[in-house]
Amino acid sequence: MQFEKKDILDMESLSADEINLILDTADKMKEISDRSIKKVPTLRGKTMVLFFYEPSTRTRLSFDIAAKRLSADSLSLSATASSTVKGETLVDTARNLEAMRPDVIVIRHPMAGAPHMIAKMVSTSVINAGDGMHAHPSQSLLDIMTVREKKGSLDGLRVAIIGDISHSRVARSNIAGFSKLGANVILSGPPTMIPKGIEALGASVVYNINDAISGADVVMMLRIQKERQKSFLFPSEREYARFYGLSADKLKNAKEDVLIMHPGPLNRGVEIAPDVADGPHSIILEQVTNGVAIRMAMFYLLSGGVRNADDN
Amino acid sequence: MRMIIKGGRVIDPGNIDGVRDILIEDGIITQIEENIIDYNQDKTDSCEIIDASGLIVVPGLIDMHVHLREPGHEYKETIKSGSLAAARGGFTAICPMPNTNPVNDNRQVTEFILTKAAEADAVRVYPVAGISKGLNGNRLSEYGELKDAGVIAVSDDGKPVNNSLLMRRAMEYAKGFGLPVISHCEDLELAADGVMNEGPVSTRMGLAGIPNAAESVMVMRDISLCELTGSALHIAHVSTSESVHAIRDAKERGVAVTAETAPHYFTLIDESVYDYNTSAKMNPPLRSSEDRESILKGLKDGTIDVIATDHAPHSALEKDVEFNNSANGIIGLETSLPLSLRLVENGTLSIEQLIDKMSGNPARILGLDNGIKVGKTADITIIDTENTFIVNASEFLSLGRNTPFDGWELKGRAVFTIVGGRIVFKDK
Repeated sequence: MQFEKKDILDMESLSADEINLILDTADKMKEISDRSIKKVPTLRGKTMVLFFYEPSTRTRLSFDIAAKRLSADSLSLSATASSTVKGETLVDTARNLEAMRPDVIVIRHPMAGAPHMIAKMVSTSVINAGDGMHAHPSQSLLDIMTVREKKGSLDGLRVAIIGDISHSRVARSNIAGFSKLGANVILSGPPTMIPKGIEALGASVVYNINDAISGADVVMMLRIQKERQKSFLFPSEREYARFYGLSADKLKNAKEDVLIMHPGPLNRGVEIAPDVADGPHSIILEQVTNGVAIRMAMFYLLSGGVRNADDN
Repeated sequence: MRMIIKGGRVIDPGNIDGVRDILIEDGIITQIEENIIDYNQDKTDSCEIIDASGLIVVPGLIDMHVHLREPGHEYKETIKSGSLAAARGGFTAICPMPNTNPVNDNRQVTEFILTKAAEADAVRVYPVAGISKGLNGNRLSEYGELKDAGVIAVSDDGKPVNNSLLMRRAMEYAKGFGLPVISHCEDLELAADGVMNEGPVSTRMGLAGIPNAAESVMVMRDISLCELTGSALHIAHVSTSESVHAIRDAKERGVAVTAETAPHYFTLIDESVYDYNTSAKMNPPLRSSEDRESILKGLKDGTIDVIATDHAPHSALEKDVEFNNSANGIIGLETSLPLSLRLVENGTLSIEQLIDKMSGNPARILGLDNGIKVGKTADITIIDTENTFIVNASEFLSLGRNTPFDGWELKGRAVFTIVGGRIVFKDK
């Protein structure tokens, strides 16, 4: 099977077959990172532009490493360093980037839909590395890859996603991604953080987090942002930690082999207790490792890596 | 100067409905008869004959809510381009809102608008002035002076009046000059950083939502103030079911409140925003299909008195950007009548009700003398209800191209717009 899409913008627009193709490709890529010389010539001569309009350490580094392990040239721009500060519009920036003929543009943007807008404008492939509260497909793919590795399949798994669903692009992408591969997604958190109509994306909602955790195969905690207190979404970190934070005690009702996930960065002691984050069920760091493989696979499939590999 | 409009179905609700000829002399309607003979044919004084057979002839349409952007943002629209767009849309009168730069909160700006409108020489322009100085919600504008300069109503449109005391005083003070207060109802704290309707679509798209209550809590406040003051209150751009209910209840209690909605609220729902379409971004936002149903019911039962466009031209600079960064508003002058005629076609409104909502009711609310009667000024719109066409925004006379209706097939449009007995628009 070939990957036919020009862009990877969100999980909703990917079919289950396309998701599986990316996962299978990533499984093969993963081994490269374990070699002593972590580089293959597959994407030699390809150029990847990483355009980050929002601060990011993990995701940006992960894309950068992924490109380099495949021998692609990658360059990284941040909004402050770009001409955005000189008043250039996103459309102009995208057209100028395209004029320099990169093979893939990776974009992170604080506003939902910005990568979609660019994708429509340019013939270059676009990867959405996170747009506002909308989507974060590479994060979802690496989450699914990590769970699939541990469980073999997602079919019938009970996956609880807990926290600020409203503001989370990770939650939206994972609801779409996990449910497409047959998992049951249960959302929980304070009702102030559960947006209207989220069920339509393919998840159910319970307000008591113990009900969400009960019998769960996977518990994914979302980062809580302190500044959300300003819009009255929760009264204090102390109260949040007590009622919505994941503790060893709350985890007792989960399945014995439950997996604990978090997209990072962690607020230890707020949404997740340190002993749980570092405990035997945690696969948080494996998520990060798999992130590189997933992004290698995305670059490979989008930039004609299949044909390029044949030439090599 | 004489003109005869021959053979059209003349509809002025409550006054005439039938095939009549209308004789206009020096801008005044002088005769309405079944068959007017041009008795003056031999004389040098020529008489223009408009063949209106198969067409309907109605009192000039009035759009009581437009943004003309001049002074200050002439690249988006000018008083001239907006007036020509209005004429093409079948409107003989429009009311520009005061959120220009500088704001229309003083005689100089009002007079500037009226001078530009006279130069444009198309439709009648009745400016609306700010409720508050600078639209800042701190201090009343000088309503007496403004009325004297030619202002027809007051509104801080684009912004709500947050301070309930100021709103109370505005209503009381405006009553002294017979000026209606037009309210943009929005609770800014509830609307927060929302950019579209709050609901399943905003959730799916990851966009911050504006709840219905952001509008309706203010509608309810203003109705309470209207009851308190007994002043004339007009609610602008009603978009939600809750607002329709509140206004219906108020009217049943005899409160002097009137309301308008715009064609986009009874035509589209929030799903038009899918794909981050900035041509469907406005404030208040497109709502759910339940809200749209309520708006239609409100139009049908008279809760909503007026169809107004909230014509809000923007250029590509404001619209070809990220959805969050895009300016609010769409243009409407050149699509309002055909979109509204769909309500007649599908049985929601009778043609008489539609004419009331686009002419009679705005005239009554604003205190304008409108209608097809002997002795009245000849402000007349002639409509071909059978004319089917494809909306082509690139042909608009408005400088704005920001419409979600580009490419739509619509039926019915103005073919003649007559202001003071003069043809200001004629369909080719």
